[in-house]
Amino acid sequence: MKKFDKDRVLLGIAGPGLALVVAFLLTSVVLLVSDRDPFEPYQLMFQTAEFTDVQVNILNQAGTYYLAALAVAIGFRMNLFNIGVDGQYRLAVMLAAVVGASVELPAPLHILLIVVVAMLVGALWAGIAGVLKTSRGVSEVVSTIMLNAIATSLIAWMILPANLGEQLPGSNDLTTGQIAESGWFPGLAMEGGTIYGFTFVAFALGIVYWFTLNRTRFGFDLRATGASESAAQASGVDSKKMVLTAMLISGAMAGLVGMPLLLGQTHTYSLSFPAGVGFTGITIALLGRNNPIGIFFAALLISFIEKTSADLDQFGYEKEIATIMQGLIVISVVVSYELVRQYGLRRQQQKVGEELAAQARKNKEEVAL
Amino acid sequence: MASALPTAFSLLSRQGECVINASSPSTPPAVELRGITKRFPGVVANHDIDITIRKGTVHALVGENGAGKSTLMKILYGMQKPDEGTITIDGKQVGFHSPADAIAAGIGMVHQHFMLADNLTVLENVVLGGEKLYGIGAKARNKIKEISDAYGLNVRPDVLVEQLGVADRQRVEILKVLYRGARTLILDEPTAVLVPQEVDALFDNLRELKAEGLTVIFISHKLGEVLSVADDITVIRRGTTVGTADPRTTTPKQLAELMVGSELPSPETRESTVTDVPMLNVDALRLTATDPDGVIREVLDGITFTIHKGEVMGIAGVEGNGQTELIEALMGMRDPDGGVITLDGSDISHVPTRKRREDGIGYIPEDRHRHGLLLESPLWENRILGHVTERPNSKKGLLDLKAARKDTERIVREYDVRTPGIEVTAASLSGGNQQKLIVGREMSHHPKLLIAAHPTRGVDVGAQAQIWDQIREARREGLAVLLISADLDELIGLSDTLRVMYRGRLVADADPATITPEELGSAMTGAATGHLEHNENGEGR
Repeated sequence: MKKFDKDRVLLGIAGPGLALVVAFLLTSVVLLVSDRDPFEPYQLMFQTAEFTDVQVNILNQAGTYYLAALAVAIGFRMNLFNIGVDGQYRLAVMLAAVVGASVELPAPLHILLIVVVAMLVGALWAGIAGVLKTSRGVSEVVSTIMLNAIATSLIAWMILPANLGEQLPGSNDLTTGQIAESGWFPGLAMEGGTIYGFTFVAFALGIVYWFTLNRTRFGFDLRATGASESAAQASGVDSKKMVLTAMLISGAMAGLVGMPLLLGQTHTYSLSFPAGVGFTGITIALLGRNNPIGIFFAALLISFIEKTSADLDQFGYEKEIATIMQGLIVISVVVSYELVRQYGLRRQQQKVGEELAAQARKNKEEVAL
Repeated sequence: MASALPTAFSLLSRQGECVINASSPSTPPAVELRGITKRFPGVVANHDIDITIRKGTVHALVGENGAGKSTLMKILYGMQKPDEGTITIDGKQVGFHSPADAIAAGIGMVHQHFMLADNLTVLENVVLGGEKLYGIGAKARNKIKEISDAYGLNVRPDVLVEQLGVADRQRVEILKVLYRGARTLILDEPTAVLVPQEVDALFDNLRELKAEGLTVIFISHKLGEVLSVADDITVIRRGTTVGTADPRTTTPKQLAELMVGSELPSPETRESTVTDVPMLNVDALRLTATDPDGVIREVLDGITFTIHKGEVMGIAGVEGNGQTELIEALMGMRDPDGGVITLDGSDISHVPTRKRREDGIGYIPEDRHRHGLLLESPLWENRILGHVTERPNSKKGLLDLKAARKDTERIVREYDVRTPGIEVTAASLSGGNQQKLIVGREMSHHPKLLIAAHPTRGVDVGAQAQIWDQIREARREGLAVLLISADLDELIGLSDTLRVMYRGRLVADADPATITPEELGSAMTGAATGHLEHNENGEGR
């Protein structure tokens, strides 16, 4: 039995390993085809990563991505595709910033309030897709994409100075006002900068995610629904309730995505808040196989590529190489995981057959004796 | 060809056989396998297989699932190479490297799952890949007609395959093989997909083939069919040939015992354990469904019955007459539109599925892959499935993995689930072992009511006997069982009372002690209603 476990771990690593090797090779091919040195960019990226400030940036960015990927992964575990993490996150962080800037409370309460508002808004926005799916059968893929667009417009309208936003003198950026210092999440000062305190919360949520999925009845129901909806239903899972709950949790998690940046650095929502984080989260959840440890490394990898590619321009390489690389990673991940999965399943069936035949033979010999 | 002829032909061929037997030294057998051994890394799939298949006969190959029948046929069809042993076709020793070699030597295979292109006509399907033989036009059409007439296959060359039923598709497959010049046909479980009348028609075709001097190798584990159609029977157990049987003198029971290697219990349960304590009471249950056209149909109408403690109630019926819907209504997967379901005194008509399971309904689903298992999850997770809120699987919302694993090991041991361990996925077990795991899981929670839908479908004889034993045992301890099965012997053998379901209604009842499968069969088609008496004058109510 131990042997099977070892095999599983090996197969588990084989999937992403294969995908990454293929993705990097393909990137080299792209570089080669465009008359560039196929390997120098990697070298430059590793050099960039030696700076401590870049390292801090990578870690902070990884924390944000980690939350986004967890939000996506919760849906993935039951075959729900929450493509709307991006919209949920932006709407949530904006409204949380508005609420945070409008009150003054003792520090822990102030932070808690902001976080709870963000989670509620995220859950609500995702919940719309959940309700549409359970009551009208609307595909959550379609509805969450639409809700992303609606969120973008909604934010643009709400942040107008006439509504919730304000325009700082001498700037054309719109913000939601500064949150008082009691609503700042303390960080960890390092040589190269400050690691946001919420980054650690993000990684801790990975443990919560793992525990909930693997050690609770609810998690079992969720995984069972993902593995086979019909079997889960026959086993007593209320699939509609499950879809709605999973959507709400995924949305609440998406609501947290903006927290490291908001609570740790900007202390206000502005038009320059990063968009597209939710989509990167999909990549990371895929690459990390919805596994909290896998997602951790995947988040680190993607933010490494992103943060270290910024300087490539200086050396005559386009920094879009990083985007190409990410795209290639996604496509090779999808292909290689399916290959490895089928191989693993076949191999196990074969193995079980062998072991059973061996047992049967042994029994027969015993009988013969 | 007239329908009376096949019998005449088979009589003739019987006489012919005697001649062949008498002069056997001069006529070499169609296929002779000697000492075939095939090893896969770490396992011997076949060893010391000896089979002689006489020309112009139907030779049945029987054995449990996983006994090695498929591997052997793959060897004969050139898909696998044997490590030892010889294959002799018509007296000539051969060595196949691919199915093409086997086809060239006159061996054809009709697979269990049809390999036809739906959007092509029969003609196109037949010539596909064999264009060189007779072209693709009139010559090919004439050849198809010729073969079809010669063997009574009744194949129409210009019909689209998508318009054909299962039985017709099978005949096209047979024709495809004959078109390529096969003299020996391998049929892999050909009756698995057919209804009884179609099986009879297939057997008539096989007799025609045999009468024309062709040889048929028939793989099956339906013993009654084997006995009715085969001239010779070879039994395979654990990868080797364990014996041959003469269908004229062998009973299904003897054959089954040869297959599993031990004495076989029958489904009979005659000593009654029925009490007068009602366990499940269904009153005027009604369920409607909306067609794709928007028409509302009653799929269950006025279903009323009571199952007592210690009683097995069997429901007979052609599939699709509301059995599935009845189970789903009882399990809470569909909300009834009317009527009352009472379990052990409490009304559960609209209670959610999980609560019903906690309250003591055990469920052996008809489609275990869709409703009973998580195929890609390990066995211990499958043990939790359906009982996640119950001990030993969880305590206060948290899973108790240690206890669940330990209990899975117990089930594997006590219910004889053949597996190397509990960490393997359910998909890697054979159908029979998957079913034993499900039965073990459901029984482990001491249900008050067991809903067993086709509990032994696709399960080999050995596992079938075990499952019957377990149902009987639980019944003795006061379990109420609702048994739905297409196997009439199983229904009659296990049930204390029998009902017949037809178009969403329970139309007839019968006493399993006296009823015969034939009488039950006529009620299943709606021809008889009311109380079925086992005599000529049985009056309907």
